[in-house]
Amino acid sequence: MSNTPPTLVRELPHKHYLNATYGAGLRSWLLTTDHKRIALLYLASVTVFFFIGGVLATMIRIHLLTPGGALVTPETYNKLFTMHGVAMIFFFLIPSIPAVFGNFLIPLMIGAKDLAFPKINLLSWYIYVIGGCFVLYSFGTGGLDTGWTFYTPLSSVYSNSAVTPAVLGIFINGFSSILTGLNFIVTIHTMRAPGMTWFRMPLFVWAHYATSLVMILGTPVVAITLLLAGLERMFHLGFFNPALGGDPILFQHLFWFYSHPAVYIMILPAMGVISEIIPTFARKPIFGYAFIAGSSIAIAVIGFLVWAHHMFVTGESTYAALTFSFLSYLVAIPSAVKVFNWTSTLYKGSISWDPPMIYALGFIGLFVIGGLTGLFLACLGLDIHIHDTYFVVAHFHYIMVGGAVMGYVGGLHFWWPKITGRLYPRSLSRFAAVVLFIGFNLTFFPQFILGYLGMPRRYHTYPPEFQVLNVLSTAGASILALGYLLPMSYLTWSMRYGRVAGPNPWPATGLEWKTDSPPLTENFEVTPVVTWEPYDFKNRPDLGLGTGTPSPAPAHGDD
Amino acid sequence: MHRTGQLYGHFETLEQQKESAALGMWVFLVTEVLFFGGLFLAYTVNRGAFSTAFGAGSNTLDIKLGGFNTVVLIMSSLTMAMAVWSAQVGKKKLVSIFLIATLGLGTVFLGVKVIEYKQKFDHHLIPGQGFDMRYRSEHPRATDDPKEIAIEKEEVEKTFAVDQDTNAHGQLYFSLYFAMTGLHALHMIVGAGLLVWLIKASFAGRFTPQYNTPVEIVGLYWHFVDIVWIYLFPLLYLIDRHR
Repeated sequence: MSNTPPTLVRELPHKHYLNATYGAGLRSWLLTTDHKRIALLYLASVTVFFFIGGVLATMIRIHLLTPGGALVTPETYNKLFTMHGVAMIFFFLIPSIPAVFGNFLIPLMIGAKDLAFPKINLLSWYIYVIGGCFVLYSFGTGGLDTGWTFYTPLSSVYSNSAVTPAVLGIFINGFSSILTGLNFIVTIHTMRAPGMTWFRMPLFVWAHYATSLVMILGTPVVAITLLLAGLERMFHLGFFNPALGGDPILFQHLFWFYSHPAVYIMILPAMGVISEIIPTFARKPIFGYAFIAGSSIAIAVIGFLVWAHHMFVTGESTYAALTFSFLSYLVAIPSAVKVFNWTSTLYKGSISWDPPMIYALGFIGLFVIGGLTGLFLACLGLDIHIHDTYFVVAHFHYIMVGGAVMGYVGGLHFWWPKITGRLYPRSLSRFAAVVLFIGFNLTFFPQFILGYLGMPRRYHTYPPEFQVLNVLSTAGASILALGYLLPMSYLTWSMRYGRVAGPNPWPATGLEWKTDSPPLTENFEVTPVVTWEPYDFKNRPDLGLGTGTPSPAPAHGDD
Repeated sequence: MHRTGQLYGHFETLEQQKESAALGMWVFLVTEVLFFGGLFLAYTVNRGAFSTAFGAGSNTLDIKLGGFNTVVLIMSSLTMAMAVWSAQVGKKKLVSIFLIATLGLGTVFLGVKVIEYKQKFDHHLIPGQGFDMRYRSEHPRATDDPKEIAIEKEEVEKTFAVDQDTNAHGQLYFSLYFAMTGLHALHMIVGAGLLVWLIKASFAGRFTPQYNTPVEIVGLYWHFVDIVWIYLFPLLYLIDRHR
């Protein structure tokens, strides 16, 4: 594939994956094996769960407007936060970036026609839908009140809510995640185009390789754990029930062995998104490519060695606790490597304030706060004080919403022209990014203070002196909601009325930008041969960065 | 997704396709190791805590049936390996024969497992309300060997003397026994289904020295399921047989 300068495009390509027909209408979507169409199936279904989780979160925040609770009974409150967590974590955050953008982009980025196993890819979506139906059935027939963590024996013996279908739903959904991870690993190993060496791959692909490792190594463990908890509930067995000799702490170990690394399933792909956006809008090769790639793998590996920091107050041995505390600190190193490399990339870059860039900068700010407060929690002594308080709630929302969701929405803005072939309103989307940032901070920063002052999480009431901060948080949540509804509406609008984007509107350097927008079903007309280095703006006349446009910044900031 | 001969359209070459399939199965087996790993951990923790009751539970298992099944399964691994080899060297008839032999041995294993489960049911060793480790020695049948019953009675009483909650902890052993062997049997059933599919394809003459990936990767899966049993057999049947 040659690097010839671009020509201006005013119309969508004649033939692309969205209008290609294999069979009629709905059938061509439900039986598709095209990774791009499956990505859109996932996009639609994770949006449904994001909406459900969002409505539940809104109800939680309205309830907490007054110290006595404004909206629901205590029992219903328990169900609200549980169902919010289950919908958001298992059915939105974990599949969001990998199953939508990973699916859509990995073959495009490495120059392949599809993932290695297209049918298994479609199967994974159906498994997700079936698991989702089980969980929705549970929500609709008694709800769920165990907390998203399903601690036994509450979940396996005492809870009067619909635990069994929920546990089965999450068990089933786990296989969707496993199959996605398996597909990505094999694809990255065997499907790269000629010249696409490991160290020429976009960092997004590296991040997904690391994510896939966590998916295939962690998910089976939570699957068997929830299966055992489900069997215990259905057949009155005693694996985790102390009354029958079982050990509830064993459940917690097994659960967190997955569920802590699961946090990295959520954040690593978002980091991959940011690593694509930052160099594109700084017009500079990314600083420390190999270190960013390696830090993804390091996070995945170290992430498996820290799970018991969720259990400092369970009476585990002091030595174990000290070890897990120390190992948890280690995760900060690769995370910091990424943040420093992103900021170094910005240094002396030629920065343009396009919408994806604003989301990416917002991500860095929020991730730094979320990451540093994580160190507070990894600190053994301090954790005893702030364990199970709103400090923890604020911390993980900074990582998962401030980090993962910000990355997701940023990625949506970055690749939307590739996915739909059209651009969205520029000023409105920049405004939405700022609304999201302000709304998020107003919602969750007060919760750090609340937690430090001692407000426990998962309580439906609180002492009157906490009301001001809670009202601030609820006010922030309504701004945050606007920050999500705005992109939902103008992105939908743009699908029909947006300006035609052309193959490479930003321009960016990845292989996915060298094909049409939207791409052909086969992705490329001929298999590309890669002869250039990643994020290299200098030797790429095809990007159109010549005379008349701002010249690319020097590769090294100091020359 | 179009296909030319045996090559799917999104691959460039048959080698690439084969490499992908094999790597995919290996990665899948890694997830399986972790999946069973959770159960093995639960077993280890509980056996450490309640070793007497676990020993007593283990001794109620029928070592003859378990041993027989172990041999059957190892034989099936051999026939599976032979099927893969036959496919690679292009002996089409032998592929079908060895696949059918593997399926037969797998079915025998599952049949014996049914007999064993039935025994546990008769002896009130299914976890739940009716569970009673003493039941068999207190309600011997006419067909039972009185000597054997006497030995079992003595052993069970000894266990109860050490651990008053033997019935509760024995239930844990049997919960794990059924979870582990049940999950293993489920994998055998899936494997049998895959074998039926392979046998059909091999009758149609689809496997050649150039294209035999399905036989090879189902073979990998079958060997994995066998290896799980190689660990289950000593951990469930043999932990307290040394007296």
